[in-house]
Amino acid sequence: MTDVIHRTAAEIAAQVADGTVTATEVTEAHLARIEAVDEKVHAFLHVDREGALEQARAVDARRAAGEKLGPLAGVPLALKDIFTTEGVPTTCGSKILEGWIPPYDATVTRRLKEAGVVILGKTNMDEFAMGSSTETSAYGPTGNPWDLTRIPGGSGGGSAAAIASYQAPLAIGTDTGGSIRQPAAVTGTVGVKPTYGGVSRYGMIAFSSSLDQGGPCARTVLDAALLHEAIAGHDPLDSTSIDAPVPAVVEAARNGSVAGLRVGVVKEFRGEGYQAGVMARFDESVELLRELGAEVVEVSCPSFDKALAAYYLIAPSECSSNLARFDAMRYGLRVGDTGGRSAEEVTTLTRGAGFGDEVKRRIMLGTYALSSGYYDAYYGSAQKVRTLISRDFERAFGDVDVLISPTTPTTAFAIGERVDDPMAMYLADLCTIPTNLAGNAAMSLPCGLADEDGLPVGLQIIAPAMADERLYRVGAAVEAAFRARWGHPLLEEAPAL
Amino acid sequence: MTVTDDLVSYEDALASYDPVMGLEVHVELGTATKMFCGCATTLGAEPNSQTCPTCLGLPGALPVVNAVGVESAIRIGLALNCEIAPWCRFARKNYFYPDMPKNFQTSQYDEPIAFNGYLDVQLEDGTVFRVEIERAHMEEDTGKSTHIGGAAGRIHGASHSLLDYNRAGIPLIEIVTKPITGAGERAPEVAKAYVAELRELIKALGVSEARMEMGQMRCDVNVSLRPHGREAFGTRSETKNVNSLRSVERAVRFEIQRHAAVLDGGGTIVQETRHFHEDNGSTTSGRVKEEAEDYRYFPEPDLVPVAPPREWVEQLRAELPELPRARRNRLREEWGISEHEMQSALNAGAIELITATIAAGADQAAARKWWMGELARRANEAGTELAALPVTPGQVARIAALVAEGSLNDKLARQVIEGVLAGEGGPDEVVEARGLKIVKDEGALGAAVDEAIAANPGVADKIRGGKVAAAGALVGAVMKATRGQADAARARELILERLGVQG
Amino acid sequence: MPGITREEVAHLARLARLELTDEELDHFAGQLDDIIGAVARVSDVADQDVPPTSHPLPLTNVMRPDEVRPSLTPQQALSGAPAAAQQRFKVPQILGEEA
Ligand SMILES: [Mg+2]
Ligand SMILES: [Zn+2]
Repeated sequence: MTDVIHRTAAEIAAQVADGTVTATEVTEAHLARIEAVDEKVHAFLHVDREGALEQARAVDARRAAGEKLGPLAGVPLALKDIFTTEGVPTTCGSKILEGWIPPYDATVTRRLKEAGVVILGKTNMDEFAMGSSTETSAYGPTGNPWDLTRIPGGSGGGSAAAIASYQAPLAIGTDTGGSIRQPAAVTGTVGVKPTYGGVSRYGMIAFSSSLDQGGPCARTVLDAALLHEAIAGHDPLDSTSIDAPVPAVVEAARNGSVAGLRVGVVKEFRGEGYQAGVMARFDESVELLRELGAEVVEVSCPSFDKALAAYYLIAPSECSSNLARFDAMRYGLRVGDTGGRSAEEVTTLTRGAGFGDEVKRRIMLGTYALSSGYYDAYYGSAQKVRTLISRDFERAFGDVDVLISPTTPTTAFAIGERVDDPMAMYLADLCTIPTNLAGNAAMSLPCGLADEDGLPVGLQIIAPAMADERLYRVGAAVEAAFRARWGHPLLEEAPAL
Repeated sequence: MTVTDDLVSYEDALASYDPVMGLEVHVELGTATKMFCGCATTLGAEPNSQTCPTCLGLPGALPVVNAVGVESAIRIGLALNCEIAPWCRFARKNYFYPDMPKNFQTSQYDEPIAFNGYLDVQLEDGTVFRVEIERAHMEEDTGKSTHIGGAAGRIHGASHSLLDYNRAGIPLIEIVTKPITGAGERAPEVAKAYVAELRELIKALGVSEARMEMGQMRCDVNVSLRPHGREAFGTRSETKNVNSLRSVERAVRFEIQRHAAVLDGGGTIVQETRHFHEDNGSTTSGRVKEEAEDYRYFPEPDLVPVAPPREWVEQLRAELPELPRARRNRLREEWGISEHEMQSALNAGAIELITATIAAGADQAAARKWWMGELARRANEAGTELAALPVTPGQVARIAALVAEGSLNDKLARQVIEGVLAGEGGPDEVVEARGLKIVKDEGALGAAVDEAIAANPGVADKIRGGKVAAAGALVGAVMKATRGQADAARARELILERLGVQG
Repeated sequence: MPGITREEVAHLARLARLELTDEELDHFAGQLDDIIGAVARVSDVADQDVPPTSHPLPLTNVMRPDEVRPSLTPQQALSGAPAAAQQRFKVPQILGEEA
């Protein structure tokens, strides 16, 4: 049974469906793996052993009753602790929500349950998804399974580390500025940020509402596609949800091809700050695409150089408002309610004690950017930059089918290295942020190991809004070609835990 | 509450200054559900029984706009002669307050759905005054706090508060006037007439019952003074939650007198919010706005823009009901009454009640008479609005019918009203239980007439001698003997008949 | 673009209801000054005639019918409350406006 943890979600689902293995056995194997390795990795904040087994047994019972199971029924999954789960603690990586048990399920949570996916537990993350290393979690950092002294990326480091360490074949992340893709890149896994509005945000604790997007994390492109289809689709509870059919991502993942495709290399994503080993793997990927029949051209997106600045105004602004609700009145932490203090004092003390530094920094930054004297110069200008970035994308996609770049300028850095240097930390999301600002779709998938440190490098593929299937078509082709070249999945090169 | 403010007389204030007003009215819509979630809005529900992740501001919850909320906003805008924005957004108004679950109010900022309109209001003497409307926008209500441990539920001195979020998220339309100038000494009357007219309009549109005593319509009153002849406005005060028509008038009057006293004394008005006190009609200082409030408005990213299609707006415009002033003019002609009488009915909040009573079968004179007479008196005594009296138009129509058929006279009818208001049942039940039917028994009435004639031979002789008017004295005696339950007209007929005189 | 002072940071912390120690104030003031210095480059476009983007997708008029959906039970609503009484959320004294 120990072998089942190395299988893909597609394989597990097929075996559960044909009776080779039960969902309960699959779940138990993964729970055992968590037991064995998560003390070292710290991918999970909460393991819902009983809930997972109950869900697995329900899948087995449905199969026994002759019901046709969905394409992911019985497959275990690690859920980022940013999604509400009825009856199961949800902290968003923050002390301020310690012990909170939501009375409702996020739409993503509900859809996973309906699909028969087994939710093993909730994964570690940067506090309120603010960070690129999972170090801002109030519950301690997560280690990168490739090297436990390195960061697993963030904010969804727990989800990426869980799949990279075979604690789950699937995970859910959220991507506001790269929080799915950057962890995928540095852990050698696949992560997709769907088109904004493709996956419901209802029950996904908001960081920056106009940028946040939930998406799949997996070890293969096909698994990501299966998960994508399970969670995507219109949700009347989310006003920004797209009311249109979900792009045919599974079909695309099963039919990987780049022949005849025009691929654009974003000229701005290289130069100072880009690690040599990262660029070497990226250049190889470009060559590979040419070999596979793609026409690769260089494109320029001049406004991208202001993307990071715009992002660090828009995201903090929205978060300063989104996080105002954590006031010690209705749920969560309450500090200093000694009887003599006012509500305002208790709110202030609670937020002072309950939020970590990165959250406080961003709340103050956003409060500043929105204040009346500065709104036009900061928030207003950032929104104009956003328009310019969308125009850059539009122009580029007028010429090419997809864009590519390194996912992140460097491989996983050491835990502690950038923790008190916010500007250095923010650079981790340099290549991922433009997509969040424009709302279109992007994927990161492994493209090899950097020579200098032997750590995974991610290739980012970017598609226009609502054309998510292109990511999977290209991603599957690249994945298959690399697999053939390497002779095995990249993750097999990771040291044993 | 001690009032420390000096006041100058109203006349003196107006002799020196020109008042400028701004009125902000919040109307709670009568939708079935809240503005951004599907929770019910039923009044009087158990605490926190009409809440969900969205209106409690739970982490992760998202808003979705109530289509009827938007439609109501557009209809109000159209009725106020506003332009309707072809495209507008919601905005977040950020400030912390425990009754506001998200610590921002989802509102509209620089893109209101309706703007640039007016409302014509009619003053007591028939003068029409045009109040210009700046904007009408959509927003949401807050929860309700109960303060525990302080005196009389006051916030000051309370040790803690209890919060019920059933009201949080109920749709509000905020209607803001442009500065109202040129009202002069009639400013208080204009303010009151505006709020009254707005209330009628809201009710006519059917978007809210607009019951001020229930908080369904709340008014903030801004007042400033400027010396006669000066263009620039003075500093204003903002009196919050002035929640009856009478209070609106009193608050404006008080603030004019208070401002004048401050200015006359060489002082300056501080920009502040003030609280109105129903008991003595005064206002007291609330929060001084040291620095301009910084609400850090920005477009609500969780809601997409509202772009009402033109055809929809035009359809809503075409479907607007007859608006109150036009309707009042029509009713005034139908009822054959004066402007002044119509104005009194409007001020008393009686027009709907009268029309409903007519619809229930009463003739218009009787319907007006009962609502504007006995019932208005009773409402005044009880300190409530007419509509809040526990009597229905149907019941009033029944009472009028009993009078018309001769079963009741006015005096008895008043007793029936008293019984109905006391909760003794409907008119017929009260008549039955209190034994109030007019004595129609000819035998008993005849005996009472005979007795009255016998007891007053001098009067009887006068009548026989042709002084028919003297019959009133005998009727009075009959009424007295029957404790008012006789049919006075019939008694008179019998008296004349017995004495052989033509009536 | 001017930098940010320690006093401004203290003001922001008050607006945002964040209790900060003096050392934290110093620390954040320095960091925020750096960050604001770096992000200020967006104001290069302040004068450009470009419409701002508030929503990444051009959706409009997403509305729901005015139909009642089930609420939480009061027990569920209050389940996370730090304190409750009389089926209401119990909060410390609210200073400020006379209600
Ligand atoms: Mg308002
Ligand atoms: Zn609700």
